[in-house]
Amino acid sequence: MQFTVDTPSEGIAVLRFTGRLNMVTAPRLREAVGTSVTAGRTRVVVDLSGVEFIDSSGLGALINGLKTARQAGGDLRIAAPNEQVRLVLQLTNMERVFTAYASADTAFDV
Amino acid sequence: MRATRRMLLLRIMVILTMLLGTNYIAWRWLFSLNWDAWWIAVALVAAETYSLIDVALFSLTMWRATDRPAPPAPAPGLTVDVFITTYNEPVAMVARTAEAARGIRYPHQTWILDDGARPEMAEAAAALGVGYLTRGPDWADRPRHAKAGNLNNALMQTEGEFLLILDADQVPYAEILDRTLGYFVEPTLALIQTPQQFGNVEPGDPLGSQAPLFYGPIQQGKDGWNAAFFCGSNALLRREALMQLGITRYVTEMERAVGRALAGAHRVLARARRTEGAGDPFVRAALAEVSDAIDETRAAIAHGATLGAATYALQQRIGAVSHELVAVDLHLLALDLAVIADLQAASGQPDAPSPLPQDIDQTVAALAARELSPLGALESVQALLRSIDVDRAHEAQPLMPLATISVTEDMATSMRLHGLGWTSVYHNELLAVGLAPEDLGTMLTQRLRWAQGTMQVLLRENPLLQRGLSVPQRLMYFSTMWSYLSGYAALVYFIAPMVFLCLGILPVDSTALEFFLRFLPFMIVNQLLFVVASHGISTWRGQQYSLALFPVWIRATTTALANVVFRVPLDFAVTPKTRQTDGPGWRPPWHLVRLQIIVAALLLIATVVGITRLVLGIGEPIGTAVNVAWVIFDLTILSVLVPAARYRGFEPAAARSEPEPEPERDIETDTDKDPRSCNSQ
Repeated sequence: MQFTVDTPSEGIAVLRFTGRLNMVTAPRLREAVGTSVTAGRTRVVVDLSGVEFIDSSGLGALINGLKTARQAGGDLRIAAPNEQVRLVLQLTNMERVFTAYASADTAFDV
Repeated sequence: MRATRRMLLLRIMVILTMLLGTNYIAWRWLFSLNWDAWWIAVALVAAETYSLIDVALFSLTMWRATDRPAPPAPAPGLTVDVFITTYNEPVAMVARTAEAARGIRYPHQTWILDDGARPEMAEAAAALGVGYLTRGPDWADRPRHAKAGNLNNALMQTEGEFLLILDADQVPYAEILDRTLGYFVEPTLALIQTPQQFGNVEPGDPLGSQAPLFYGPIQQGKDGWNAAFFCGSNALLRREALMQLGITRYVTEMERAVGRALAGAHRVLARARRTEGAGDPFVRAALAEVSDAIDETRAAIAHGATLGAATYALQQRIGAVSHELVAVDLHLLALDLAVIADLQAASGQPDAPSPLPQDIDQTVAALAARELSPLGALESVQALLRSIDVDRAHEAQPLMPLATISVTEDMATSMRLHGLGWTSVYHNELLAVGLAPEDLGTMLTQRLRWAQGTMQVLLRENPLLQRGLSVPQRLMYFSTMWSYLSGYAALVYFIAPMVFLCLGILPVDSTALEFFLRFLPFMIVNQLLFVVASHGISTWRGQQYSLALFPVWIRATTTALANVVFRVPLDFAVTPKTRQTDGPGWRPPWHLVRLQIIVAALLLIATVVGITRLVLGIGEPIGTAVNVAWVIFDLTILSVLVPAARYRGFEPAAARSEPEPEPERDIETDTDKDPRSCNSQ
């Protein structure tokens, strides 16, 4: 799994992951969120468009990231999940917690 | 073929036991109650009914108890983390376990999970070349959740697909993973439990430590209903199942907590708007704004908005309002804030399991009851909302896959996994050997803890009411909990003969013949059922302890009730793994069993009184004979505590020749154990 970090505007970080977000790669997502928040970019978007598979550990990393961001007064949002990811969100009821925004650009418009 | 025939015999015994037992108990309730002495008559028949239900649950367990075929060999390349949990056990003991764990043949990563964060433990881990994990700074000032917290912390720091959990004293065999991992080809399988046996137990097992009946026929029986329990150690878990459990629990608890907090905030604000200070137009506007925000958030969630989006928007809105208000009346605010801080401090007891959602209810109730100024109400609403935000700020980590509702996290966790539709396996082959308590005091502490934990689960998540479980699964979990209520029945079984011998009052209104015609067939078939079900493992030591430890079981139910309902702490104690009986001044700890000594003395006095009454012609001969026999039975039961109190610990028979005697590999030894819970009594 690879990821890139964009900073489209003040205080916002967009993390783009590609590949599988699972128990092996989840720690890297957690670290990436931590790094952004520490650097003052407390509004974090995780762009999932390149993520082909997510498991419960991946979801766990998103929840951990949400906690990190909220405690710094920011937020963590997810964008552009594929079908498999949507299904997992649904099965675990995580769709009750995270709004899946259509794209990373629009995640913090609201 | 032999197995089939044995199963047939067992089922015939089950049916006979239930028919004769129901016949007996129905006759006792309907035709033989001595209503003149209803207080003892009803108590006795209730105790007997309790015992019949216990037998019925045991019968259901045994109905499908069979050996599993061996699993396929595991595929290569699976990733496994081996967790050794420790808190205060001697470093040498943990190191011995860690060394054996490192030597497990299937490729894996070994970790010591040191809740004591001891530098010498870290050094030992480094010397062995195994991983070492402690709690991070996030856990400071937050509930630690004992062993469940330790495991949850480690889960977030490791990445193996499967986990092998070992207590600090459970030394694994090198083949433990080769023999078990293959089961996981079944994608729905979450848990594999293997037996727990102890290498430091003398023949005769004075403290009733071994549980060959539980780690054998009973777990096999539960397995037959897909309800084999997680028993805390010597078990393998699928990480995906645990994480999924953590996530679904997180979502459920968040929905509940956010809903309740919003409803509570609504009440607090409604009250504040009626108070005097609300006449100030500025304050009135602020209160209205926040009220609107809360009501709109509730509506949005009801219409499908996500918790994340809704709570974020709400925080922003309320944050803006209170920003404007800060300057208005700092003095008033400061007073209220002190009150709020007190409330929060009071609700944040570090060892209260599961601070959600009860804490929110309490905080809401406390806030709503107070005369807060409108500003204070605003501030307190904000504090309330902060405390239930989706980040679970009151917990070290938002996900707690291992259940934290009980001091016995294992049972609660497997029940929740079963509730999500995951399956479990009981693998009946000894693959690790541990150390049992070697003195009465430690043993009693351990049993109390297990019983309390089991009662906490019953009170917090009654298995009979869990929707995800099948009916047999519900009954399998309930069966274990039911057996811990035996203390009350035991008390009645001790008191009833005293009442007859001293007062001449018989609780049963019947002739001796009628009684024995119904009672004896039931009793005999019941005992035969035990013999068949247990493969000849004696159940006697277990039966003795289940009655003789009645004060422990009663105390467990009352303290667990006080804990769950009134939030009284349990005085949780970690079971010491080192011997407590060394030293020249040692005396048997009779004070630990003083209630049982008093009962034994009263039984003896009652016998003297009864025989005197018989000699004087007041007593009735058959009744006296039956009750004296009953007293002898009771005393035989209680006598198990004499060698237990005098026990000074394990001395290996082949003592000094071999420093590390190879533990017995056959799990069906001649030691006795009761058919109850994981660690059993």
